[in-house]
Amino acid sequence: MKTAQGIPLDYYLWLSAALFTIGVLGVLYRRNAIVIFMCIELMLNAVNLLLVAFSNYYSDASGQVFVFFIMAVAAAEVAVGLAILMLMYRNTKTTDINILNRLKW
Amino acid sequence: MYLIYIICGLGIVSLLAEIFNFKKALLPIIMLGLLAAIGVAAVGENTGLAFSGMVLFDRFSVVYSTMIVAIAFCWFWMAYSYFHNRPYLTDQSALVLFSIVGAVILTAFANMAMLFLGIEILSIALYALSGSKKNNLFSTESSFKYFLMGSFATGFLLMGIALVYGATGSFELMSIQTASTNGAQPLPSFFYVGVLLILVGISFKVSVVPFHFWAPDVYEGAPTPITAFMSTIVKMAAFAALIRLFTVCFAATSITWLVVFYVMCVLTLLVSSVSAVYQSNVKRMLAYSSVGHAGYILIAIVSGGNVGGLVSYYLAGYAVASLIAFAVIHQIEESGRTVFLSDFQGLFRKSPWLAVSMTIALLSLAGIPPLAGFFGKYLLLTQAIGNGHLALALVAIFTSLIGVYYYFKVIIAMYSAVGSDQNIMISTSQKALLFILVTLVVVLGVFPDWFTFL
Repeated sequence: MKTAQGIPLDYYLWLSAALFTIGVLGVLYRRNAIVIFMCIELMLNAVNLLLVAFSNYYSDASGQVFVFFIMAVAAAEVAVGLAILMLMYRNTKTTDINILNRLKW
Repeated sequence: MYLIYIICGLGIVSLLAEIFNFKKALLPIIMLGLLAAIGVAAVGENTGLAFSGMVLFDRFSVVYSTMIVAIAFCWFWMAYSYFHNRPYLTDQSALVLFSIVGAVILTAFANMAMLFLGIEILSIALYALSGSKKNNLFSTESSFKYFLMGSFATGFLLMGIALVYGATGSFELMSIQTASTNGAQPLPSFFYVGVLLILVGISFKVSVVPFHFWAPDVYEGAPTPITAFMSTIVKMAAFAALIRLFTVCFAATSITWLVVFYVMCVLTLLVSSVSAVYQSNVKRMLAYSSVGHAGYILIAIVSGGNVGGLVSYYLAGYAVASLIAFAVIHQIEESGRTVFLSDFQGLFRKSPWLAVSMTIALLSLAGIPPLAGFFGKYLLLTQAIGNGHLALALVAIFTSLIGVYYYFKVIIAMYSAVGSDQNIMISTSQKALLFILVTLVVVLGVFPDWFTFL
């Protein structure tokens, strides 16, 4: 049985797959831009969990280093994203993404 | 390796220009620096692994990064009037330069970490840039959509990388390749899920159907120079990454992804050309055309053979032609007009330079001989037919016929007699740029074997 920290590796896989799916569904179904940001963060954290579990299983530090990269980049991404959201809020006075329908075919 | 240092250095210099107040000299410095970078990239003296095995400058990445830097040079030339005398010149040019660094990394990564960082460096700067017309709602909306779709795609890409890491125990492309090639122990099934998730993530970046829906909106809303950047440099970099990843690293497991690419290729060709026919905004039409060209490039990946060389030739022809088209659109917008099809009525009489350059660019995009676009398509299709993908080639020929229709709508509008009003004045440097780019399209078409050595 493959384990990481005494817990079967499959459990980590299922848990992060579930978190990832919740994140994806949230992005697809929620209409509020801030909730969508949170769902994207949830997707990234599911990935982080999986990477740490695999890293522990292989006793290989590179997986954990990758997690730090993801955290740093996600922080940068959210900083830019919130700035764009502020810009949008100033122009439209709402964070509902249904307002984003000016560009359409 | 030195290439990355030079472009990063230029980015830092342009940030310093704000502090030390040499903004006037900034654009000439950047252009000279990029010229030096083209030289360094083309010589590629540092062939081999660099940065503790994270980056590999082989022949493939030397060719692609040279092309990217050369197009970036022409892009700065084209965007000169956009940057000129505008606030935030230093910040915006720094963002552009850093995102070129991301593009160069994408041509040369040897580790999944660099793939991820390259894509993020490239994209995060562009999220900000496409929203750089702060009071324009279209620009804001385009940047927000780009951000949402981009980070959504990053999520898929990362999940794929994590699963591939879990299956093979490494982020290095070479180790992943060996682990998937020799079947000493069978790979767990989630390896294949990981490969497909990476495919989804990168498909968002290269905007192939069904992951293309953000592209027309973003291309239309963003400021035109930024759209030109996205449709040339970003596309080249994303395709370089895709080819490096799939035709080298995942080559042994092609049975999982080849059929997906095949389906996406057919869908991309059909959906993009049919949608482009219905556009009245030329910028949006070019966005669909750019999605369509991604479909042609997928033909090369599906049919195999000398993928890197063929695609580099096709991308060079495509990038130069689409840079001309966006330069013309930019000039028309600078003169205070919109860019609907009706605004192109009688362009030839308002400005023969713009009209003739646009004609040659659109003819090349449509694939009319003897321009670069024709030989790009010709080489792709011969390869596809030679490797037994006749049906795919027929679809491609059919869609390029539709392409001829919508490109000629613009061309015919430009030479029509109606809609005359005052002339559009363009500066000498823009005329020179258009002349050089048009010559390049013709020269690439006349000597198609220049690029097939890869």
